[in-house]
Amino acid sequence: MSTMTEQATQVYAVFIRATPEQVWDAITKPEFTTKYFHGTKIESSFEPGTPYLSVAGDRDETVVDGEIVESDPPRMLRHTWRALYDPETAEEPHSRVTWEIEAQEGGVTKLTVTHDQLEAAPKTAESVAGGWSYVLSGLKTLLETGKPLSTESM
Amino acid sequence: MTDDDRIFRALADPTRRHLLDRLFERDGRTLTELESELEMTRFGVMKHLRVLEEAGLVLTRRSGREKLHYLNPVPIRLIHDRWIDKYRERQVSALADLKSELEDTA
Repeated sequence: MSTMTEQATQVYAVFIRATPEQVWDAITKPEFTTKYFHGTKIESSFEPGTPYLSVAGDRDETVVDGEIVESDPPRMLRHTWRALYDPETAEEPHSRVTWEIEAQEGGVTKLTVTHDQLEAAPKTAESVAGGWSYVLSGLKTLLETGKPLSTESM
Repeated sequence: MTDDDRIFRALADPTRRHLLDRLFERDGRTLTELESELEMTRFGVMKHLRVLEEAGLVLTRRSGREKLHYLNPVPIRLIHDRWIDKYRERQVSALADLKSELEDTA
């Protein structure tokens, strides 16, 4: 997705055959996030004002930091986001990520991720543009099959 | 109709693919903006956008009085994971089998 221009607001959505509680757990529990979020563990108490950290599983390195803005389980989670995995994105100000979870008919849950406040963080916008699709596709596969997406075989 | 059917149906139309490409270039556009680049009535563009929305390929957000359209690439990723990766893997393993067979008989 390297040709995509940076967007100040990015919106992603996926329908998952799971309950809102299961989706909430997949977002907030490290044993799930390691299986679909580039192998990273989430670390947070999810209390507003406390840190939101994403830690690379194998080397205890914080790759994303932020702060919980709002938490309403199992409906909504909002936190700030600064990507530390790249020196260029690490210098940019925090942007904001909102997870919205809505039950739909037929045992399906809609998960919407809005990544906004990226106006002053063009490198971050470019970096996450391809990543969110991969993460949400992996989250769906994990919840529906119990298995992580097979990693690239080539 | 399954989710996959809706996505393939949405992608089967050149105008709708054009709209996705426009949003890929720049997201968060209004109907008026999207319409201005097409030789089509406002109603026609709305109809195409509705098909894209139903397939989950376009998401809308209200911003004041405006309705902004965003490209949602996740369904395309799902199609990729379900329909492309799988067959590519088989092709690769077939080539690998052929290579070992040729090398064994050589």
